[in-house]
Amino acid sequence: MTDKNNLIVYCEFDEGKVADVSLELLTKGRALADRLGVKLEALVIGDNLKGIEEQIFPYGADVVYKVEDKRLFPYTSNPHASVLINLFKEIKPQICLMGATCIGRDLGPRVSSCLHSGLTADCTALEIGDHKDAKTGKEYTDLLFQIRPAFGGNIVATIVNPECRPQMATVREGVMKKEVRDPNYKGEVIDLDPNKYVKDDDFIVEIIDRHIEKSKINIKNSPIIVAGGYGMGSKEGFDMLYKLADTLGAEVGASRAAVDAGFAEHERQIGQTGVTVRPKLYIACGISGQIQHIAGMQESSIIISINNDPNAPINTIADYVINGNVEDVVPKLIKYYKKNSK
Amino acid sequence: MSLNIIVLAKQVPDTRNVGKDAMKEDGTINRAALPAIFNPEDLNALEQALQLKDANPGSTVTVLTMGLPRAAEIVREAMYRGADGGIVLTDRPFGGADTLATSYSLAQAVKKFGNYDIILGGRQAIDGDTAQVGPQIAEKLGIPQVTYAEEILDLSDGHVTVKRRLEHGVEVVKAPLPCVVTVNGTAAECRPRNAQRVMKYKYAASPSEKANLPEDKQALLEARPFLNIKEWNAAFVEADPAQIGLPGSPTKVKAVENVVFTAKENLVLNDDDTAIENLIKDLIANHTIG
Repeated sequence: MTDKNNLIVYCEFDEGKVADVSLELLTKGRALADRLGVKLEALVIGDNLKGIEEQIFPYGADVVYKVEDKRLFPYTSNPHASVLINLFKEIKPQICLMGATCIGRDLGPRVSSCLHSGLTADCTALEIGDHKDAKTGKEYTDLLFQIRPAFGGNIVATIVNPECRPQMATVREGVMKKEVRDPNYKGEVIDLDPNKYVKDDDFIVEIIDRHIEKSKINIKNSPIIVAGGYGMGSKEGFDMLYKLADTLGAEVGASRAAVDAGFAEHERQIGQTGVTVRPKLYIACGISGQIQHIAGMQESSIIISINNDPNAPINTIADYVINGNVEDVVPKLIKYYKKNSK
Repeated sequence: MSLNIIVLAKQVPDTRNVGKDAMKEDGTINRAALPAIFNPEDLNALEQALQLKDANPGSTVTVLTMGLPRAAEIVREAMYRGADGGIVLTDRPFGGADTLATSYSLAQAVKKFGNYDIILGGRQAIDGDTAQVGPQIAEKLGIPQVTYAEEILDLSDGHVTVKRRLEHGVEVVKAPLPCVVTVNGTAAECRPRNAQRVMKYKYAASPSEKANLPEDKQALLEARPFLNIKEWNAAFVEADPAQIGLPGSPTKVKAVENVVFTAKENLVLNDDDTAIENLIKDLIANHTIG
């Protein structure tokens, strides 16, 4: 029998704005719900939720559940987990998607543990498909295929949850594309009574202090990225990349190896365990191109690789390969850009 | 106040160099075929535990790990750095577990261990990068969780105060004990091995290891109880067979593929001035830059 239960997206928000990752998941969720012939639902938990649905409906949500209580913002684990657990027991979604953020990765496991439902972290693709269990021969139709890299990005695994519901998955910001379905799309708002879903005992972890700053580094939306790898040698080695980025109006990114070595901040990390980017131009400097890095930038429109190793794996996916030392090439790029641009 | 501290640790394959042969046909990992290391963030967790022990004399730090019998190696490593002892949860039926079956098994072991004040573990393991086991154990034990911890600021009056490192900032939270705290790689690095402790614990062994030791070393283990690393199986922790290993895992691996990227046709340039100026001119002409 086909599962006609709905698909729900847990939406994060801050300062009255729904998080990009949640909008990306609503976009993906809409496509999956269409494929399954079910409704797309959204769940928002917090305080000051008035009108928040207006940001969600354009992405194709048919229902927005709102649970409002001033104690529900900022996020803490137990109260939000209780809302999801109790609501899911009631509405029985077949799929639940959430961002692979500090919140989603804290909340998802707690909920999945209580509901004994499978959870797959950091999916890079989500599809609907059929599955036959190799051992029992039992066939399942329209399961959620949760596709994720594993083993440090060396392999890609397709995970299914044949028996347990909801099928839960987290996805990192930037992995899915955000796209308005219809600016005039309208659904239903359902306000839920927080007291029905959360107990006072759930509020056991107290937030004493909180400093959240909007990141100044905005790699994801930069049309041009100059990225450095371990081959840059040092934090100082990255200086020339900042110069090139300044000249081109670009943002500086880094490979995991460069970040682990302390050459660049963690927020600059591009790849499966960092940010996924799709810029117009990607200049890879001294990056060998481990799978986990390539997965996070391969959709860039134009890729230039500067490397003194002509066999660097990244060269196979580059549009332009410059054989040479980064220290020689980067100053030339700066020089000739200044000379030729108006 | 003396504390009973549990550190959750995992022996992980070094994921920097693995190929497809490292996977079994059912899509699970063939751990026996790979070099194994102490999961890096579990070392950060161990350091936080040892700092709590330093500040609270009389405390004990016990490492709990699930895996193959050879995971006793990381218990010993932790003992060299300051842990008092450890438990290897190992049994064939635990094999092939996803995060949920893993956390159920570990939670059973924690229940068997009994009296504990705080459980620390790394945020995530480098072989799966899921960060799920910590919160799932907390849920199974019915206690709160604090994830993404960077530093334990205070532990007193039955509460722990923790600085959390989040995507765009920090948060300081206070949670009642007992609770689970998962520690980030940005936390303090683990202290190195202590030479005296290496001397003291170098013959520490689990029952499986002991069986392969010469008689004099076996006698040493019998004479010195602190050298005995515990080894627990599924029956001992009263694990429900339906909730462990592959049968206890709601997620199933449908397929595993090696990652192959489609190669593009590319233009190879030298680093001479003409080539680079022409490239810049092209990029400006097609509005990629400028």
